Amino acid sequence: MKSNTLILHTAALAIMPLQLMFSVFLLLRGHDEPGGGFIGGLVAASAFVLYAFAFGAEATLKILRVSPRDLLAAGLLFGLASTIPALWSGQAMLTAHWWELPLPGDSYLKLSTVLIFDVGVYLAVLGTLMTFVIGLMESEE
Amino acid sequence: MMLLAVLSGFLLAIIAPALHRLVGNYIGWLLALLPASLTAYFASLIPAIREGESLLIENQWMPGLEISLDFMVDGLSLVFALLISGIGTFILIYAGSYLKGHKDLGRFYVIMLSFMASMLGLVLSDNLVTIFVFWELTSITSYMLIGFNHEDAEARKCALQGLFVTAGGGLVLMAGLILLAFITGSYSLTEILASDLTIHEHGFYTAAVICILIGTFTKSAQVPFHFWLPNAMAAPTPVSAYLHSATMVKAGVYLMARLNSSMGEGLLWTYALVLFGAATMLTGAYLAFSSTGIKKVLAYSTVMALGTLTMLIGVGTELALTAFICVLVAHSLYKGALFMLAGALDHETGTKDITKMGGLWRSMPLTALIACLAALSLAGLPPLFGFVAKELLFESLLGSPLWSWGLLTAAVAAAVLIVGVAGLVSIKPFFGPTVSTPKQPHDAPFGMLVGPAVLSLIALAFGLAPFLPEAFLLNAAVSAVNGSAVQTYLALWHGVNIPLLLSGATLLTGLLLLAAWRRLQPTLCVINTAAGRFGPEAGYFRFMEGITQIASWQTRLLQNGVLGVYLLILVFVTFSLTGYTLLTRHGFHLSFDFSDSYFYEWGIALLIVAATVFASATRSRLGSVASVGVLGFGVALIFIHFSAPDLGITQLLVETLTVILLVLVLFKLPEFVNLSSPWERYRDLSVAVFAGVVMTLLMLAVLDIQYFDSISSYYIENSYGLAFGKNIVNVILVDFRALDTLGEIFVLALAAMGVYSMIKLKAEDQHKS
Repeated sequence: MKSNTLILHTAALAIMPLQLMFSVFLLLRGHDEPGGGFIGGLVAASAFVLYAFAFGAEATLKILRVSPRDLLAAGLLFGLASTIPALWSGQAMLTAHWWELPLPGDSYLKLSTVLIFDVGVYLAVLGTLMTFVIGLMESEE
Repeated sequence: MMLLAVLSGFLLAIIAPALHRLVGNYIGWLLALLPASLTAYFASLIPAIREGESLLIENQWMPGLEISLDFMVDGLSLVFALLISGIGTFILIYAGSYLKGHKDLGRFYVIMLSFMASMLGLVLSDNLVTIFVFWELTSITSYMLIGFNHEDAEARKCALQGLFVTAGGGLVLMAGLILLAFITGSYSLTEILASDLTIHEHGFYTAAVICILIGTFTKSAQVPFHFWLPNAMAAPTPVSAYLHSATMVKAGVYLMARLNSSMGEGLLWTYALVLFGAATMLTGAYLAFSSTGIKKVLAYSTVMALGTLTMLIGVGTELALTAFICVLVAHSLYKGALFMLAGALDHETGTKDITKMGGLWRSMPLTALIACLAALSLAGLPPLFGFVAKELLFESLLGSPLWSWGLLTAAVAAAVLIVGVAGLVSIKPFFGPTVSTPKQPHDAPFGMLVGPAVLSLIALAFGLAPFLPEAFLLNAAVSAVNGSAVQTYLALWHGVNIPLLLSGATLLTGLLLLAAWRRLQPTLCVINTAAGRFGPEAGYFRFMEGITQIASWQTRLLQNGVLGVYLLILVFVTFSLTGYTLLTRHGFHLSFDFSDSYFYEWGIALLIVAATVFASATRSRLGSVASVGVLGFGVALIFIHFSAPDLGITQLLVETLTVILLVLVLFKLPEFVNLSSPWERYRDLSVAVFAGVVMTLLMLAVLDIQYFDSISSYYIENSYGLAFGKNIVNVILVDFRALDTLGEIFVLALAAMGVYSMIKLKAEDQHKS
C-alpha cells in the first residue's frame, strides 16, 4: 500500500520528525509529567505508520534501518539490562539505581536504571506495532 | 571443588562442538580427560569416607525455597560417582571411535557430557528438589540420545516412549519426594536420613512409597515399565552402554537404596520391592534369552539385573545389601564392556543379529578374548567378580526373612537363563562355523577395545582379589544403604556350600539350554508375539491413543476455531466465578448516588452506551468499527475528566492505532454476514448482559466497601521520596511494579511474534498455491 498524493507525502515528511522528537520528549519527561515509554512508543509508532502510509512498507523499513523484530528484541534486552545493577549489588530484582552526572553550570543530569527500563518499554512497544503494521502491509503486496 | 566437579560436564558441553572442529578425530580422547580427572578426584575422597562417615558440601541456591545445591558424599554416592565418571571416561573414548566422522559428533558430545553432569548431580545431591531436577535432566538427555539418529522415525518413536515413561514417572516421583519432605519436615537427605522419625507410621507413608516407587520403577525399567528399555537401544551403542546399562537406569535403584534406611521399615516397601524386583528379574532373563538382536539380548539382561538389585534392597539384610553393591558394580563392569563389544561387532560385521554371526574369533581374536572375559562375569563364573556377586546373591536369599526358597528358586531360574544369555553373546558370535557377514570383519580399533578391556580386567582383578573392593568402599557403601555400620566380608572361595552347588547346577542347565537355543527360538518367538498383544507395551500404546482421543475431543469442544465461542466461554466462566464470589462474600447491594454528577458526565455515558448498542446492532462493518472507536474515545474522555492524563493519552493513541490496523485488514476480511441463528444470538446477548450486570455490581461493591486500606496513598507519599518521580502512574509502571511491566513487554513480544508468524505463514501458503 502506497499513496501517491503530494499532500500526504509532504505532510508526512514534515510531521514525522516532529512526532519522533515529541515521542522522545514524552519518553524523557515521563517520570515527572504525563508521558513515559509506553506513550512515547505509541507516538513513535504512529510517526512511522504515517510514513508507511505515504511511502510504503519498504521505504519505512529503509529508514528504520533495523527490522521491527530487532527493535522489539532490543527493547526486551534493555528491560532485562536494567535489572543487572540491582542483581550485582544483591538487592531485590529491579531495585532502581540512580546516577547524577554534573553538567557545566549549575545543573546535573539524572540517569537511572528506570530510564533504561523505560527505553526498553519504548522500543518494545514501537517494535510490536511496527511488526504488526509492516507485516500486514507486506502481506498485501 | 565439588560444585565444579559436578557442573564441569555442563561447562565442557558448551565448548565441545568447538573443540570437535579444532581437534577432529581425537575429540574422544581429549574430552575423556574430564571424566578421568573426575574419577581421580572422587577416588581421592575414598579415605575420608571409608569408615562410614559422610561429607556434606554446602552451596546456597534458593535459600528462600529450601532448595540448595548441597552435595552429600558417602559410600553409596561415591560408588555411583566412581562408576559414572570411570565408565564415562571409556565411553567418551569409545564414542570418538564408534561415531568417527559422524556429522553430528559435536552435538553428541554436548548431550553426553550434559548427561554425565546430570547423573553426577543426581547421585551426589543432598536436596530432594535438586535430585528431582537432575533426575529429569537425565530423562531429557536420554531422550535426545535415544533419538540421536533423528532422521529415523523409529528412533524418534522410541525416544518419545522412553521420555514419556521416565519423565512421567519423574513427575510422580516429585509428588512422592514432596510427600516425603512433608513427613520429615526437611528437603535435606542428610537430615531425613539422620532423623529418628518412624516414617512408616505416618499417614502419608503409603502414598509417598507408591509415588516414589512409580518414579524409580519407571526409571529402572521394572515390570510393568520394562518395555521402554529395549526400545531405547535405537540409540547409538555408546549411549546404550552408558545410559541404558551402566548409569541412568540405575538412578531408580540408587534412589531406592538411598531411601532404604529411612523408608525400608514399612512392610509395603519391602513387599513391593521384593515382588516387583523378582518379577522383573525373571521377565528380563526370559526375554533376554528369547531375543536374537545382540543389543536386545543385553538390554533385557540389564532389565534382569535391575530387577535383582531392586529385590535385594527389598530383602534388606546386611548380606543382601552387600550382594546389592557387588551385583551393582559387577553388572556395570561387564555390561558396559559387553555393550561396547556389541557395538564393535555391529560396527565391524554390519549386523546386530546373533544368528547371522559365527566363528568370528578367527578374524577378531582380541575382541573375542575380551568378550569371553566379560561374558564369564555375566554368567557368574569364577574367577570373575560376577561370580563373587552371584554367590553372595544366592547366600543372601538363603538367609532372606521373606519367602527365602521362593526367591532363591526365582534367582536360580534367572541365573540359568543368564548363563544361556552369556553364551549367546560370546559363544554364538565368536565360535562355531564361520558365517559370512555383510562386512568383512576384523578387530575393532584400539579406541573401541580399550574400554571393554579395562572394565573386564577390573572385573577379573576384583574377582581374584575380592579384598580390593572391600578395602576401598564396600563397607561404607553397604553401611550407607543399611543406615548403620556393617562389616562385610568377600571371598572367591567359600568352600563347598549350597551357593556353590547351585552355581554348578546353574552352569550345566544353562549350557544345555544354550545348546537347545536354536530349536527353542521359533517357539519362544510365537509365545512372545502372543504375549506382546496383551503386554504392558500394548497398554502403553492404548494409553497414548486415549490421551490423543481425549485431546482431540476437548479441542473440538473448546478450541473449535470459532472465536465467538472462545469469547463466550471465557466471559461466561470469568463472570460466573466473579459473580458467585461477589454474592457469597459481599451480598447484593444496590446503592446509586448521582448527587454530585455533572451533565457532561451524563453526556459521555450516553455516548458510550449509544456507541455500544450501535456497534452490536449495525449491519455494516465499517459502522461497527467506527462506533467501537467512539466507545474508546468516550472512555478516554472519562480518564481525562477524572484527571488521569497518562491513561487518557494512552487510550487515545491506542484507539488511533487500532483504527489504522483495522483499516489495513478490513479489505482482507470476508463478507460481513450474519451466520448465527436467533437462538445463538439470544444466548450471546444474555451472556453479555450477565457480564455487564456482574461488572456493574462489582464496581458498586468496590466503591461501597474497602476491605483493605487503599495502596494509592502509599504511592502518593513515596513516589517522589523513594523513586524520585512526580508522575505516579509512570513511577508505578517503571519502578514500584516494574516486574509487571517487564512481564507485559514480554507478552507484547509474544503477541507480535504470533501475529508475525500468522501473517507470514499465511502469505507463504498463498504464495505456494
